[in-house]
Amino acid sequence: MTRLRQLASLLKGDPSADRIVPPTGFTAQLTVFTAAAMAFLGVFALALSLATARLADRWGQALAQSSTIRISAPADQRQAQTDAVLRILSETPGVASSRALSDAEQRALLAPWFGPELPVETLPIPQLVEVIEEGRGYDAEGLRLRLQAEAPGAVVDDHTRWRRPLIRAAERLNLLALGALTLIVLTMAAMITLAASTALAANRQVMTVLRLVGARDIFIARAFVRRFTLRASMGAAIGTALAVLFIALMPRADAAGGFLTDLAFSGAGWLLPLLIVPLAAFIAFWATRHAALRALKEIP
Amino acid sequence: MPWGVTSMAQSEGSPVIELSQVSYGYDGRALLNDLSLTLSPGSFHFLTGPSGAGKTTLLKLCYLELAPTQGRVTAFGKPADQLGRDGIAQVRRRVGVVHQDCGFLDHLPLIENLTLPLAASGQDTAEFAEDLRALLAWVGLEQRATALPPELSGGERQRAALARALILSPDVILADEPTGNVDWEMSLRLLSLLVELNKMGKAVLIATHDLNLIRQAKSQVAARVLRLRGGQLDVAGADL
Ligand SMILES: Nc1ncnc2c1ncn2[C@@H]1O[C@H](COP(=O)(O)OP(=O)(O)OP(=O)(O)O)[C@@H](O)[C@H]1O
Ligand SMILES: [Mg+2]
Repeated sequence: MTRLRQLASLLKGDPSADRIVPPTGFTAQLTVFTAAAMAFLGVFALALSLATARLADRWGQALAQSSTIRISAPADQRQAQTDAVLRILSETPGVASSRALSDAEQRALLAPWFGPELPVETLPIPQLVEVIEEGRGYDAEGLRLRLQAEAPGAVVDDHTRWRRPLIRAAERLNLLALGALTLIVLTMAAMITLAASTALAANRQVMTVLRLVGARDIFIARAFVRRFTLRASMGAAIGTALAVLFIALMPRADAAGGFLTDLAFSGAGWLLPLLIVPLAAFIAFWATRHAALRALKEIP
Repeated sequence: MPWGVTSMAQSEGSPVIELSQVSYGYDGRALLNDLSLTLSPGSFHFLTGPSGAGKTTLLKLCYLELAPTQGRVTAFGKPADQLGRDGIAQVRRRVGVVHQDCGFLDHLPLIENLTLPLAASGQDTAEFAEDLRALLAWVGLEQRATALPPELSGGERQRAALARALILSPDVILADEPTGNVDWEMSLRLLSLLVELNKMGKAVLIATHDLNLIRQAKSQVAARVLRLRGGQLDVAGADL
């Protein structure tokens, strides 16, 4: 809380304290540029992390729904194998429920292709079993092996299963995006520490004189902290604005467009990048403060 | 023999700065050896000695820029090694120092250099405008207030350094060659300022080679003259 108040009073400013440190031209510009670049990248990492989270979610929902098991067996074994399949399914973890489709339902399914008059009973049409999954679904390979042994005519038709690695990829990508965000934050802290250290080293004489006339460390540190916090905030604001504009102007396609065009914010999500500016200010505040207080320890 | 110099009749109250059996050397070379010095309110000291004897070093020990390798420095009743960095800053606000190299910030005009102690201690510069004008007039720098330090002559810088040392109305004034670069008339003017402040009870210590200045001062105040030689302090003889 006191730190926050410090940050606030810092930004309100004390122009006389500011002048005490001579202009740090080049390092100041570097700080603005670094903050802008990092904020720009940060907005993209943020968008990526949101997009991949959405994608994993959407695909995950589709997958969670259902899969089908087809049983093609000679008429006399058909009922027995169907019973076996249902029994096995009832014992399989990840299966919420399962049921054999009735003839009427199967006919309805096939009607679009063969018309309503199809004599399902007399045709060698496989019996379909609908499986409703729960949680992360069942172990398809394990189920296949069990079915092979007890119901050789059963085939697991995991038509949505191909998405599973994609979901994993989306989740991985999400993790990657969050990792990138973390790295961006750390890099920004490191770059600002470097820039501040350079400025501090160049102003050793100033710090010495100030100490000799009775300045406390925090007073001297503040002059540097304020400067770098303002520069970093300014840079971050520029970088964020550019990145948001860039994303807003990206061509949109509907859901079918998929991942590439999905790299955007939605609704209140557009406010999220605004957090990058105070975050950059906070990082600069801490990095410079830390560097300044450490540099001051060397000065009597 | 080592000389523990203590102020005598003029001392009023407890010492402001006290060095007791202090030794110091740069890079392990002994420079000051087991010397003691007490600055009491109202005391007036001159510090002489050959160039390189360690006068500036001794002053640095007094305003806590250096810590002794042996012995103890006490400032306003507190051991210096227990003050911490903020405590040292507090002490320095009560000690006006004229540095031999002046110690200005070259990017700030003179006037802002003079108010640096005010800014550093968080005081409102405006409140001191009157004092500042008077000080500037006394050291003859009213016309140079907006000049940058590198644009000033050596003497002007020294006068400005004295003005800055006095701005916070310190209890102790430590001046390192404050008249090294100014003419005799200005030297007397600066000296009379210091004498005036001394009469108000401030402890004054001036490091100088200027024997004429010392003689002049002795006619105005009960000044003690300390000579630093071979790492030791003694009281100078009657020849001064
Ligand atoms: N920072 C330093 N590092 C190493 N040696 C130093 C340092 N400062 C001073 N010295 C040495 O210590 C000795 C005393 O220096 P000091 O400045 O105290 O002398 P001084 O009596 O003030 O001389 P002067 O009359 O010329 O001003 C000198 O030999 C000097 O070279
Ligand atoms: Mg000297």
